[in-house]
Amino acid sequence: MSDAAKPSPPAAAAGRSSMKKELPEHFKAYRHVWVFIEYERGNIHPVSLELLGEGRKLADKLDVELAGVVIGAEAEALHEAALSCFEYGADLVYRVADPILAHYRNEPFTKAMTDLVNTYKPEVLLLGATTLGRDLAGSVATTLLTGLTADCTALAIDDERSLAATRPTFGGSLMCTIHTLNFRPQMATVRPRVMPMPERQAGRIGRIADHSLSMAEEDIVTKVLRFVPDRDSDKAQLAYADIVVAGGLGLRTPENLRLVKELAEVLGGDYGGSRPLVQKGWIEADRQIGQTGKTIRPKLYIAAGISGAVQHRVGVEGADLILAINTDANAPIFDFAHLGIVADAVSLLPALTEAFRQRLSINRAAS
Amino acid sequence: MSQEKFDAIVVGAGPSGNAAAYTLARKGLNVLQLERGEYPGSKNVQGAILYAKALEEIIPDFRESAPLERHIIEQRLWMLDDSSYVGMHYRSEDFNEDRPSRYTILRAQFDKWFSQQVRDAGAVLLCETTVTELLRDESGRVIGVATDRDNGTVYADVVILAEGVNGLVGRRSKLREELQPESVALAVKEMHFLPKDVIDARFNLKGGEGVVIEGMGTITEGMTGTAFIYTNNESLSVGIGCLVSDLAQTGRSPAGLLEAFKNHPSVKPLLAGSEIKEYAAHLIPEGGLKAMPELFGDGWIVVGDAGHFVNAVHREGSNLAMTTGRLAAETVADLKQRGVPCSKANLRAYTKRLEDCFVMKDMKKYKDIPSFLHGNRHLFDLYPRLVSKAAQNWFRVDGKDKLTKEKEILTSFRKGRTLSGLLGDAFKMARAWR
Amino acid sequence: MHIVVCIKQVPDSAQIRVHPVTNTIMRQGVPSIINPYDLFALEEALRWRDQAGGTVTILTMGPPMAEDTMRKALTLGADRAVLLTDRCFAGSDTLATSFALATAIGKIGETWGPPDIVFTGKQTIDGDTAQVGPGIAKRLRFNQLTYVAKIDSLDPESRAITVERRAEGGLQVLQSRLPVLITMLEGTNELRRGSLDSALRAARAEVVRWGAAEAGVEDTAKCGLRGSPTVVKHVFAPKPRAEKAQIIETAAGPVRTQADAVIAAIFARQPGIESDLLRLARHS
Ligand SMILES: Cc1cc2nc3c(=O)[nH]c(=O)nc-3n(C[C@H](O)[C@H](O)[C@H](O)COP(=O)(O)OP(=O)(O)OC[C@H]3O[C@@H](n4cnc5c(N)ncnc54)[C@H](O)[C@@H]3O)c2cc1C
Ligand SMILES: Cc1cc2nc3c(=O)[nH]c(=O)nc-3n(C[C@H](O)[C@H](O)[C@H](O)COP(=O)(O)OP(=O)(O)OC[C@H]3O[C@@H](n4cnc5c(N)ncnc54)[C@H](O)[C@@H]3O)c2cc1C
Ligand SMILES: Nc1ncnc2c1ncn2[C@@H]1O[C@H](COP(=O)(O)O)[C@@H](O)[C@H]1O
Repeated sequence: MSDAAKPSPPAAAAGRSSMKKELPEHFKAYRHVWVFIEYERGNIHPVSLELLGEGRKLADKLDVELAGVVIGAEAEALHEAALSCFEYGADLVYRVADPILAHYRNEPFTKAMTDLVNTYKPEVLLLGATTLGRDLAGSVATTLLTGLTADCTALAIDDERSLAATRPTFGGSLMCTIHTLNFRPQMATVRPRVMPMPERQAGRIGRIADHSLSMAEEDIVTKVLRFVPDRDSDKAQLAYADIVVAGGLGLRTPENLRLVKELAEVLGGDYGGSRPLVQKGWIEADRQIGQTGKTIRPKLYIAAGISGAVQHRVGVEGADLILAINTDANAPIFDFAHLGIVADAVSLLPALTEAFRQRLSINRAAS
Repeated sequence: MSQEKFDAIVVGAGPSGNAAAYTLARKGLNVLQLERGEYPGSKNVQGAILYAKALEEIIPDFRESAPLERHIIEQRLWMLDDSSYVGMHYRSEDFNEDRPSRYTILRAQFDKWFSQQVRDAGAVLLCETTVTELLRDESGRVIGVATDRDNGTVYADVVILAEGVNGLVGRRSKLREELQPESVALAVKEMHFLPKDVIDARFNLKGGEGVVIEGMGTITEGMTGTAFIYTNNESLSVGIGCLVSDLAQTGRSPAGLLEAFKNHPSVKPLLAGSEIKEYAAHLIPEGGLKAMPELFGDGWIVVGDAGHFVNAVHREGSNLAMTTGRLAAETVADLKQRGVPCSKANLRAYTKRLEDCFVMKDMKKYKDIPSFLHGNRHLFDLYPRLVSKAAQNWFRVDGKDKLTKEKEILTSFRKGRTLSGLLGDAFKMARAWR
Repeated sequence: MHIVVCIKQVPDSAQIRVHPVTNTIMRQGVPSIINPYDLFALEEALRWRDQAGGTVTILTMGPPMAEDTMRKALTLGADRAVLLTDRCFAGSDTLATSFALATAIGKIGETWGPPDIVFTGKQTIDGDTAQVGPGIAKRLRFNQLTYVAKIDSLDPESRAITVERRAEGGLQVLQSRLPVLITMLEGTNELRRGSLDSALRAARAEVVRWGAAEAGVEDTAKCGLRGSPTVVKHVFAPKPRAEKAQIIETAAGPVRTQADAVIAAIFARQPGIESDLLRLARHS
């Protein structure tokens, strides 16, 4: 090990950034920005469209094409998906259609993706940081032996055509910008709702390139026995809700969560909470908002009795309007909320619900 | 239940428990140490003063590896009123010696280090294991402990109770009384982080030098108590403590007192711009000799805060903890070597050891101080005000002649407290100190 | 059955602070803990060992002091612990980490028998990438089962395993064959508390320490900083928002007055929101 034993860099930042080397010759042919399109059960996951929006900007900056990669069972259905990709900014779609790909499984999807990369050589590859995207990204990056930056919150191209991927570390206390200097493609995942949804450009079109999967069902060990969809009724739509009301420990008792739910209902939104509520079992895990929960981007976010720890903050900063209700005028949430009221949430919430109810029904009657 | 029987079980991994376990293990005894925290020091977030001598007796070359923050070269004693302080500062270059006698430490790190020495010496440490109760045989002799783990009983020839001020195991096992509110102080403490060079500049320090500030006066609003600021490497430990009985009587919260102390005009600039972390509250046994519980019995022995070994006037605790831990261990190891049981009669040797060194001598010397302080509120309120007023009068150059000033000062003292009161205080103070 | 569980020692990020001046992480006094997600993996491994027999080996790559956290895992009932520690591993990104861990797992297999299952946590709380698990799986050519909420059945004889995997919009029930790599979802089981005996055993157990060579790493260029394709170029504190919240001042009156003031403030700030609300409220 002695030859490799260089002083261990506690500040990895300084150590690594000085290591810039020339990009190896064989990687210089890598061109274009790709977005993996998560297509399941007839739907494109919105995160893929958000990434097309972001990928478009990167491609324009690099002056290259933006391609979507759609993988699935039926060529017809994938064609539909491809059309959507064009409308959201893709110039080109790589399509891999094979019955083996009916449900997501790591082995065939990794195979399809790595084959495509090795054949068409993209310089940037973006995936959604969903359970599917994270499962796939890790395998693809390891197979290709390239760098992968997870859960990015900002992507940019620097002066040397290199992807600068920014992400939170240490639970959001710090941000770091990561590059993959000497390997291609440069891979990154981005969580749903971190990037804004681009405008749909109806009628915009592009090219479809087909690629076949060189794999047989017998080669694949893992089988999907069943898929049990989440029941829609209790499934949190948090990430994509326009209005979100959330509670924190300031609610004091699990019963008071009702006040949050009622306001959310009157507003036609969804509800969630801070992590301690999940840990205490007051709400389900998929209703947690923040760094280790959901990132949300609603038009209105109402935080009741939430202190606004940095791990919570990173999940809600994309909201258009944040209203904080907290008894402590010095609570950190007031540092990033737009509107704040120093008040007891337990008594204000019902009043707010009632006031909204009246206001909305009056206006509805009027319109 | 564990099949294995140990020579000794040590309850607690604070300074006293570590000193005991280390000493026993070094003497070749089979020692089990039980600590309820996640790791030693996990419940001790504060910074503190370490007195080198007590540790040197146990680990002579501790300076080579222990995590020490700064060595103290200056001591400040401040008597504060609402807007001023009258102080005494002692600073000496002589304290920049090879083997300084006082250091600031961060307990979390120090306890961890100490514990590593204990384990390296061969003791077995189990953390996240709370001793719930002592086990006894029919004769009432302590033969082991019960813990909160599954199958959690374990046996030993002797149990050393180093469980700290609360003494829960001792109380539950009826070895001692409940804590009395007038013999424990509640101290609250914060860590204020500042860059090293800022601390150096504010306190006039260089290299590893450090300062201790002790404050008393109106900051405790007449209650018996003191406040302090210790300089660590990159932080200040800031705290205040008052007797629990006083707090109960006045209804004041220690947090409020600390807030007021931090905002005192003499203190605020020292802390400006710092980032606060780690708010901690802890009890200190300040009742002195008169509040001490039984220290030993058949198969058990008490050390450190659990035995009320604290010299409140001089803010000494950890040194007494380490010394009593060591002495108890030496007592036990001696009995073991002679092949005699750790019976109550045999453990009496522990008292002898305590009396032969500074521990009992100091405890005895100061035995009347706690009650004196407690009975004389004006020490913490009136006197600081008077002294401060006097100093201000004296130093203000306002055209008044000095003789008039002297008279005014004397009168103000006499108005504040009768002459006999003043003399009486001086007399009582001297007697308590003696 | 032989099960390997990868656990990482991480700084308790709840207690991390950023140095106000230098913008670097202040680790001083920040305790290290076992990555909380890994505890679910460990518990699941212990359960299946208790049920099907065999041994559980825990594996950590980290600094020598990681031994403390490994001992804690031993207290919970793991049978053996391997600490991978070598200067050449310093600065590893996920690719280099999974290379080192996969190589060490190979060596563990040679030494104590090939593993049937490798568990990792869902993700770490410091790196937070969820990539190391898939990386190990790929390198070992194990079948990869991520985000597993439940292991329905496991038959060491026929080598069949059925799991419920959290997927987008539902649960996938997957059947696969050992050896597999499983990344375990949080909240899936309840952690045991080791008995006094296992705690005693753990306190005395020897943690096996391997450097790169002992772990079977032949090419150290694949490790640490050198083996990491990603480069951290820039570290900075999140930007505070320029302005603080506009505080809605209301006289101490009935809450209804407060509520009306809040609504007025919302609509004043975001005039379009009222029609959105009407639309949404109508749908619900
Ligand atoms: C690795 C890691 C990941 C994490 N991930 C997340 C995450 O994804 N999401 C998340 O939320 N947290 C996360 N956390 C936890 C986070 O650090 C905080 O602990 C958490 O967000 C605090 O929740 P809270 O605001 O509900 O509780 P508290 O911090 O206890 O705050 C309660 C607030 O309510 C106020 N209050 C009290 N009474 C009332 C009342 N009657 N009316 C109004 N206000 C009142 C108080 O003033 C206080 O500000 C994470 C932590 C770690 C270490
Ligand atoms: C704010 C403050 C400032 C101080 N400053 C100083 C100073 O500057 N210098 C100085 O010398 N002294 C100082 N002291 C006093 C000093 O901290 C104590 O005297 C010393 O810590 C006593 O050591 P100990 O080992 O007896 O008890 P502790 O340090 O309290 O250790 C007891 C240990 O036992 C464990 N324990 C308790 N019950 C159980 C159980 N049932 N089972 C298992 N484990 C258990 C606890 O978790 C703890 O780790 C200060 C005290 C306070 C509160
Ligand atoms: N240094 C390490 N040592 C052991 N296991 C690790 C290490 N780093 C990551 N892991 C495992 O990989 C999982 C995912 O880590 P990460 O990709 O960093 O989110 C963790 O939950 C651990 O089980």
